[in-house]
Amino acid sequence: MNVSKRIYLDHAATTYTSKEVLNEMLPFFTEYFGNPSSVHQYGREVKKSIDLARDRVAKAIGALPEEIYFTAGGSEADNLAIKGVAYANKSKGNHIITTKIEHPAVIHTCEQLEKEGFEVTYLNVDQYGMVSLEDVKSSIKANTILISVMYANNEIGTIQPITEIAQIAKEKGIYFHTDAVQAIGSVRINVKEQNIDMLSMAAHKFYGPKGVGALYVRKGVKLISIIHGGSQERKRRAGTENVPGIVGMGKAIELAYQNFDEHNSRVKGLRDKLIKGVMENIPYTRLNGHPEKRLVNNSNFCFEYIEGESLLLNLDMKGIAGSSGSACSSGSLEPSHVLLAIGLSHEIAHGSLRLSLGEVNTEEDIDFVLQVLPEIVDRLRQMSPLYEKVKGGK
Amino acid sequence: MYSDKVMDHFSCPRNVGEIENADGVGEVGNAHCGDIMKIYLKIEEDVITDVKFKTFGCGAAIATSSIATDMIKGKTVEEALKITNKAVVEALDGLPAQKIHCSVLAEEAVKAAIEDYQKKKAQ
Ligand SMILES: Cc1ncc(COP(=O)(O)O)c(C=O)c1O
Ligand SMILES: [Zn+2]
Repeated sequence: MNVSKRIYLDHAATTYTSKEVLNEMLPFFTEYFGNPSSVHQYGREVKKSIDLARDRVAKAIGALPEEIYFTAGGSEADNLAIKGVAYANKSKGNHIITTKIEHPAVIHTCEQLEKEGFEVTYLNVDQYGMVSLEDVKSSIKANTILISVMYANNEIGTIQPITEIAQIAKEKGIYFHTDAVQAIGSVRINVKEQNIDMLSMAAHKFYGPKGVGALYVRKGVKLISIIHGGSQERKRRAGTENVPGIVGMGKAIELAYQNFDEHNSRVKGLRDKLIKGVMENIPYTRLNGHPEKRLVNNSNFCFEYIEGESLLLNLDMKGIAGSSGSACSSGSLEPSHVLLAIGLSHEIAHGSLRLSLGEVNTEEDIDFVLQVLPEIVDRLRQMSPLYEKVKGGK
Repeated sequence: MYSDKVMDHFSCPRNVGEIENADGVGEVGNAHCGDIMKIYLKIEEDVITDVKFKTFGCGAAIATSSIATDMIKGKTVEEALKITNKAVVEALDGLPAQKIHCSVLAEEAVKAAIEDYQKKKAQ
């Protein structure tokens, strides 16, 4: 294999940690290693840095610092929001509303709660992956305690009408949580103006480190801890803090919103070029997700008559890293639940490809993808028994 | 995750294509589960003289199609019927556990194609 250049187009899976972020983190491994709960200087100096990170996260989303709770990533933030509210408000009701296209961190948490006696409504989405406000309204019951709808989908990039859904929840006195793991850095968010009660984040999606995230919890929301132990994070999340991670997350989110316009307009330009090139040059292809209301860095296609994993392997041989919702690439027997929820057949869902862009990508990267992708798709189609029938009719 | 042998057969699959007026054709799997294999056999006096395949599927499905067709080429029908999924996987220097189900297809496709041949012959 002769790969001269590698092209990373899987930023929705994770990003690298930027140099600036890393430099901010490094002293906290060796020099400033104290336990922030300690009374002595070692502890106090570290505590200050956590406070700064908390301020930065709060500022980025329009929250108060005391409303930010650091966690070990997006999954834990989702678990804390959903289980924390469900357990704390059991006496008020046991019904939760969410969607069919949530990340497994939300869906599997809700499924677990169903086993424990909670009742969950999973809202359908339309062909673009959009939740309908009417559906949200009509699924609310007297015992509904929580609505959780993701800000933007990790596979197809569709951005939900979060402000409108939050408004509905507010009018009914129901808590509203949003998984904004993919949205941070790509969408401007103000939790106060948008009436969001809880919001999940993960640093590794915006050039911060892995294994650290945060949950914003509006002051006054009744929520109980799911990790019990010491009194860190105002007793809502026990455990000695991941100090370098938290410091890194603070820096990363600050940078994400400092460079917001420049970064996003550049990425969007490249992404639009990619979508246009793919749709124009490869027949029997569909764009998944909403044509406009989608994350600026997301593209997701289905190439009919071929299977996603073999497409990924072929791209990888050319040095291009993407991802797929096919069953065989996920190690399960089912293709992506998101692609099925937008109405795709199993057959078509198996042929999906997500290319998610980031800071490092260039015009040349996109040109290269547009050069090799049509050849690869065609080669796989020539091998596909499903394509024979189509060719015959052409 | 895949062995070099798998990647070799995946990137340069042997025997891809169709055979016109094949003596036996077998198609197994379905698009629902994500892998479909179609195999064409040319058989002269119960010996498989040519074999081609088309596969819709993952890396494991394509690699097993490729190596299984190689393994039965030149064999008698009787010998080809003895091909097992296990032998195919071994010939590929193994497959990840969650991919074994994709490799079953090759064995089934060979058997389906030979069945088709025998049915045609009996007519
Ligand atoms: C929408 C969404 N929610 C939650 C998560 C989970 O985050 P983490 O892997 O940091 O736990 C992810 C990451 O893949 C995500 O994309
Ligand atoms: Zn497979």
